[in-house]
Order: sequence, then C-alpha cells, then structure tokens
Amino acid sequence: MAIAEQRTQAGQASGDNSWHGIVLQTLKRNEISLIPYVPDRVLTPLIKSLHADPFFTTFATAREEEAVGIVSGAWMGGRRGAVLMQTSGFATLANVLASLAVPYQIPLIMFVSERGTLGEFNYGQSLVCRTMRPVLDSLALEHHTITRLDELEFITDRSIKQAVTTQAPVALILNPLLTGGKVFDK
Amino acid sequence: MNTRNTKVMNRFDVTSRLIGKLKHEEAVIGGIGNTNFDLWSAGHRPQNFYMLGSMGLAFPIALGVALAQPDRRVFALEGDGSLLMQLGALSTIATLKPKNLIMIVMDNGIYQITGAQPTPAASVADIVAIAAGSGLSNSTWAADEEDFERLVDAAMSAAAPSLIAVRIDDKPGVGTTRRDPVQIRERFMHGLGVREPL
Repeated sequence: MAIAEQRTQAGQASGDNSWHGIVLQTLKRNEISLIPYVPDRVLTPLIKSLHADPFFTTFATAREEEAVGIVSGAWMGGRRGAVLMQTSGFATLANVLASLAVPYQIPLIMFVSERGTLGEFNYGQSLVCRTMRPVLDSLALEHHTITRLDELEFITDRSIKQAVTTQAPVALILNPLLTGGKVFDK
Repeated sequence: MNTRNTKVMNRFDVTSRLIGKLKHEEAVIGGIGNTNFDLWSAGHRPQNFYMLGSMGLAFPIALGVALAQPDRRVFALEGDGSLLMQLGALSTIATLKPKNLIMIVMDNGIYQITGAQPTPAASVADIVAIAAGSGLSNSTWAADEEDFERLVDAAMSAAAPSLIAVRIDDKPGVGTTRRDPVQIRERFMHGLGVREPL
C-alpha cells in the first residue's frame, strides 16, 4: 500500500485530512459550489462527499465538454464552479478549451484524476495520459501535478485564486502518489 | 405533433419574434454559426451571449447561467446539427429541471454554413421525440409563427424547462456577429448584473 494511501485512510478516520476532504474544504472556502463531473473510480470519495454536502450542487454530465459549458455559463452568471474528470475525459476537451475557455477568458477550474501512469494496466489509458500535458502546454494553460498531501491545499487554494483573478483556466492533476490511483486487482 | 405537419419558418424572423417578446432582461445564448448571427442581427442586447466555437454547447452554457441566476429566464438558441453533438445535455437538463431554462432548436436538417450537407438525423430522427425521450416532457414543435409565440409565452411561466423546436428554411444568417470573445463575455456579464464596467 502506498504511503499516500495510508495517510488518506488515516485522514478519513479523523475526518478531514484526506485528500478529498482537503479538496472539498478548499472549494468551499473559495465559494465554488457548482460541481459537474464525469465519474472516475479514484474520485468516488470526493464525489460522494460533495453530494452529501448541501453547499454544493453536484451532478453527473454525459461528457466533459458539457460540464465545461455549464461552469462557463455559471461563471458568467456569477456563480463559481469546477469540473471533475479523468485523464481520458480531459482528452476530449481541446476544442472547448481553445474555442470557449481560453478566448473568452473564463477561469475554468479542472480537477483531473490521473490515470495512465504509476501502475496503469490499460495500454490505452497510458497513451491518452501522454496527450494531456502537451495539450495544456500548447495552449499555455496553467497546470500542476499534485503528488503530496502536504502540498495539496496550498496548490489548490492558490491555483483557484490565480484562475479567478487572472481569468484563465487551470488544471489540477491528481497524481496516484496523492490518491493511490487505480490498480489492477482482478 | 410530427415535424412533417409544421410550417417551414425562417430563423431570422423567428429570432426577431422572440427578441421582441423579451421585457425582463432575459438572457439569450446563441449557438455557433447562423444561430448567433441571426441573434446578433435581430438587435444586440447586453443579455445576449454569442458562441464563436464549442459547437453543441449552447444548452450547457445556458444551463450554467440558469443555475447561477434562478430568477432570470434564460433562452438558448441551437441548431439541429449542433444539438446532435451534445444530446446527452438534454438528460442532464431533464434531471436538474431548471424551470427558468427555455431551449429553442432551429431545425433545417442541414449544416447550412458548411455547404448545406444533410445531417445524419435529417430524414430519420425527430428532435422533439429525442428531447421527450431524454426526459424533457415539455418539448413541442411550433406549428407556425403564431404557435411559436404562444409557446414562448407559455414557457415564460412554466414550472419546468421547455424545449421548442422550429422547422426552418435553408437560408443563411442575415448578418455576422462581431468576433470579439472577451468583449462578448464582458458585456454579457454586465448585462446580467454580475459586473460593472470599468
């Protein structure tokens, strides 16, 4: 078991120091209340706790770009949101990033659960993962890969504030070192 | 009502009729291409948002506005080809049930702006049946212009999201939107009362 995973489980027992507890509290503190997502196994504890908290409007969408459209509209209407997705979902977003979020200067906040690395068992996932950072870099988008629990809150909080004040998208990539990732078990 | 019984109308005319009915600073999201060109040509309003890409996202963007401002009516204008790209959004909207969201589909069965190629749905699918099957029970074909106006009036006070489909001709948009995305977004936010101009 990874050390990060052990920490996560200890955090769950004490309530709030799990990676997903920290993400939820940081979203709340930054008044981000609208959370459309396309689900992912690793994100499940975060999604569950968001659904359980009435501060958030949390719901599934059929595609990731749909979720990007929703939070973009909400931002223009004065409500903050963030999109949750998996690596393969990010790979569907190049068009909406280049034609909506970037040119209209919308502070799109994305959380991407990283598959395709550190023990991936599906070749397709490992390939699609390699497209993610080149796409982000090609649009000069801010992105951080979060590997450590003790850096999670700082990176998340500062990145949200930077996205909002500079009106620019940000991708926060949740690495298996942080979340434990998804491993071949059957 | 089946699409075959509906009158073929004109996008600019229908859009102008809609705009003429808006008295309460309702938001209007114009989908990519001719749909927002005709919205622009019907007379710019600060509450109009014009899409210059992201084909298929007029309804999701409008849903976001509707969730952010539940007391404002939000209209979304979308072409049939665009809607086909994002049919899943209909079920998302049906699940969330924002009563202030009104979706209008301009259906000519073609990708007019790229050379009038027929959509894959043109001769086989019914947009209103798709919407109803996606959970949007308040979905209707407009029989003619007067019926369209009546449906808009009904949608203004509806207790559930509404979808109105309009069969339109193959004419291009009347004008062209000024392609200035930052200014479009900023003016829209002023129009919605989210920000004050500098």
